[in-house]
Amino acid sequence: MAESSGIDAFVEFERVQKSYDGETLVVKDLNLSMPKGEFLTMLGPSGSGKTTCLMMLAGFETATHGDIRLDGTSINNIPPHKRGIGMVFQNYALFPHMTIAENLSFPLEVRKIGKSDREAKVKRALDMVEMGDFGGRRPAQLSGGQQQRIALARALVFEPELVLMDEPLGALDKQLREKMQFEITDLAHRLGITVVYVTHDQTEALTMSDRVAVFNDGRIQQLAPPDLLYEEPENSFVAQFIGENNTLEGTIKEINGGLALVQLDDGELIDCTPVNVSEIGERTRVSIRPERVEFNKERMKEGAHTLKAEVLEFIYMGDIFRTRLRVAGNDDFVVKTRNAPDQVRLKPGEHVEIGWLPEDCRALDAP
Amino acid sequence: MSELKSTGPQTMDAPTPEDALHEAATLRGRDQTDASGRLVTADGKSLKSSLKRALRMQKLRALMLIAPLLIFVLVTFIAPIGSMLFRSVENEIVANTLPMTTAALKDWDGTTGDLPDEQVYQNLFFDLFIAAEAKEHTKLGSRLNYELTGVSSLFRQSGRRLDDLGEVYQDPLEDLNDAWKDGATWYDLMSGSGAGDTDLVDDQRRRYNALTQSTDRRDIGFVPSQAISQMLPRTARAYTAWATFTVYADEDVVAEEDPWEAVHAALALDLMADGTAAKIAAYSGPRADLLQEAATLEFPAADFKTGFGEIDEDWLAHVTWETIKTYSPKYTNGYFLNAVDLQKTADGFEPRPENQRIYITLFQRTLFMSLVITFSCIMLGYPVAWLLANLPARTANLLMILVLLPFWTSLLVRTSAWKVMLQQQGVINDVLVWLGLVADDGRLVMINNQFGTIVAMTHILLPFMILPMYSVMQTINPTYLRAAKSLGATNWTAFWRVYFPQSVPGIGAGSILVFILSIGYYITPEIVGGTKGVFISNRIAYHISSSLNWGLAAALGTILFLVVLLLYWAYDKIVGIDNVKLG
Repeated sequence: MAESSGIDAFVEFERVQKSYDGETLVVKDLNLSMPKGEFLTMLGPSGSGKTTCLMMLAGFETATHGDIRLDGTSINNIPPHKRGIGMVFQNYALFPHMTIAENLSFPLEVRKIGKSDREAKVKRALDMVEMGDFGGRRPAQLSGGQQQRIALARALVFEPELVLMDEPLGALDKQLREKMQFEITDLAHRLGITVVYVTHDQTEALTMSDRVAVFNDGRIQQLAPPDLLYEEPENSFVAQFIGENNTLEGTIKEINGGLALVQLDDGELIDCTPVNVSEIGERTRVSIRPERVEFNKERMKEGAHTLKAEVLEFIYMGDIFRTRLRVAGNDDFVVKTRNAPDQVRLKPGEHVEIGWLPEDCRALDAP
Repeated sequence: MSELKSTGPQTMDAPTPEDALHEAATLRGRDQTDASGRLVTADGKSLKSSLKRALRMQKLRALMLIAPLLIFVLVTFIAPIGSMLFRSVENEIVANTLPMTTAALKDWDGTTGDLPDEQVYQNLFFDLFIAAEAKEHTKLGSRLNYELTGVSSLFRQSGRRLDDLGEVYQDPLEDLNDAWKDGATWYDLMSGSGAGDTDLVDDQRRRYNALTQSTDRRDIGFVPSQAISQMLPRTARAYTAWATFTVYADEDVVAEEDPWEAVHAALALDLMADGTAAKIAAYSGPRADLLQEAATLEFPAADFKTGFGEIDEDWLAHVTWETIKTYSPKYTNGYFLNAVDLQKTADGFEPRPENQRIYITLFQRTLFMSLVITFSCIMLGYPVAWLLANLPARTANLLMILVLLPFWTSLLVRTSAWKVMLQQQGVINDVLVWLGLVADDGRLVMINNQFGTIVAMTHILLPFMILPMYSVMQTINPTYLRAAKSLGATNWTAFWRVYFPQSVPGIGAGSILVFILSIGYYITPEIVGGTKGVFISNRIAYHISSSLNWGLAAALGTILFLVVLLLYWAYDKIVGIDNVKLG
């Protein structure tokens, strides 16, 4: 995970550790390097250390150990207001006693920018988020989505090269959130700014980011572009955390080049792609995505491995069907199929044969 | 509606056209309306009145919940305060005690420098005689003494020696005929024959009740005849007044008692009056013979002016009469003028002599010191409130207990503690002397002056400032400060431009509390204020409990109340009262 600190690194964390009480580490040995213009998302469950990392970058928390560099210079001892980093807060933190225009003008005023310049920049920033007519209002008079846009405009108005966003869409409803996801990424790419985005919503992370850093237990579990993260999780936490996932527990029997033979706990032997298992006899957790499982014999691919299964539940979800099966002693084995005209609707109690390709079946560590 | 009428289904079996209309409206899925287009409920009643009825019940319930407190406050607080404040303009005592004198004084022009004429002195004699018998003249004396020093003793002395003025007329009568010594004689004579003058009895009863502040309505068992009251008006009036007293105050029977000297004097004056002799000669009622005999008597000339002058020469002083005339009306602005260092004169008002002006200074001092106290509370309380709001809960709770600790100690104890601390032989001075910072003979005077009051009151009122500030600061999200810093603001700018404006409502609430509390504070300035550090409230307390000038106390209190209201209004205009948060 430790990226080499290349010459083009804009934001760098080097061996950063953070402890609040001197007994436990919230962030353990964090190494991260971001090039300019990247949209990087820190994704993880709450308490995983992602927000702490963001706060250390912003300067509101100090690293207990290690070095944080911005554009090549260490910023460990630079107070937050001198870092020139834009930040969007979870609750927007728009100053309630100022109008929208005053809110936007605030970072320019403290930078001693002239009045006419200031007004032009505020207007441009408001237009950028399509809120040009709202300059005279107070934050309380705006809806959540509008406040969100203003918070974004305020973080951008002083033209920072790095913008941090701490779960900025957490308080919005689903539709608005999806719209804002698109707008934020669009804006970031248009302006060429570097963004560090913190969220616990994996869909948000997958749709918006150039790269996603999955945090757990104070460490980056995997740092990869969204497609790799989903299709090639490097450990069982990532596999479990990103998207829906079926797991089968077993033991490694054989490793032969690109294939591993796994004996499942009910005795079945299956072929898998080994990822972070190396020894014979090691416990493993086999991961298969629900949409890569097939039970229609006609569509079954060449070389697919088949297992017997019993249908427990069928759920109609509109665009897809979700079928819950009992496979190798696991009652929560889910299969997702597209709602196509010729698609079979399984009934509870039916016995079927399901199958998948060894490439889609990844043998990961068993925690 | 007309459109509905013309197109609506006019079915024959519909009970009434109205019902059909509603049905039609319901069928079309519209809101139901009545003939004039107002919305109605499902069963056809006006929607507005239905809503009103529903809300009325809610209001009634709410009113019933607060009723016990409301009644309690009304009866025990608002009503007494209202009546107390009313005393600031009420001045009925002069007209009630000296009704005839004040009536006669109306025609007296005080600006010429002449004394009132003989008639006024005569009226004063009769008024004062009754008042003295009721022992009410000393109260009037005390009342007028607020306006003119010495009046109190003037009235007390005069009350004692009024009998002398009347005896001059009593003796000749009784020398002439022993029958005048007999109460029954007087009763027969005054009762006369024919129709009785009940109006006069009512007048005198009203007067008695006003004078003694009672509501006695008993029958006095006597009515002067109309013939007598026309022939001998003064006598009839004086005798009826006496009769009223005899029954109401002494609980005696009129016919069995001897009348006052004043009644004799009244008879003498009547007999001396022009035209009375002729009427008496023609009179034939009971005891007409006695009257006719008395009419021949030579009484000493009526000269009450000189008589009063002999009792006390102040009665011949112009200023005495001017004061009585000025304070004759039932309502006066005199107390209010007094409360702002002015005095009432015959034609308006003028500033008081310089050595009597204290209230304006006191008001200014009260306002100034309250402002200083409020300001020092803000300066001392703000950092503490900030700390309370930003510390972890455990530490904050401990600190909060320290803030609240003074509330658990008696106010008197805390103030007395300051006395111990601040006095010249006190703890602070001792320490300063011991440290060598102050010479032993140059000990600081820190008490019995404004400094002492400000220090002690700032300490006592500090929690009232900290608590509202704390509760407001608690609601300010610390993210605002972070946001400001991330936008490039230094710690100070972030505080001043972002945190402070949001904490202003707390400062406002605390300031209003502390200022209003301190403007009416009494105990602390009383104990540590000396003469230089007392507030207007101490003066009010003095007038309530020592000088008993309740009218002035009420006027001072009213002014203080109005000042507070004015400041409250100004605060609302400038800061806005909805900006005040207590939690």
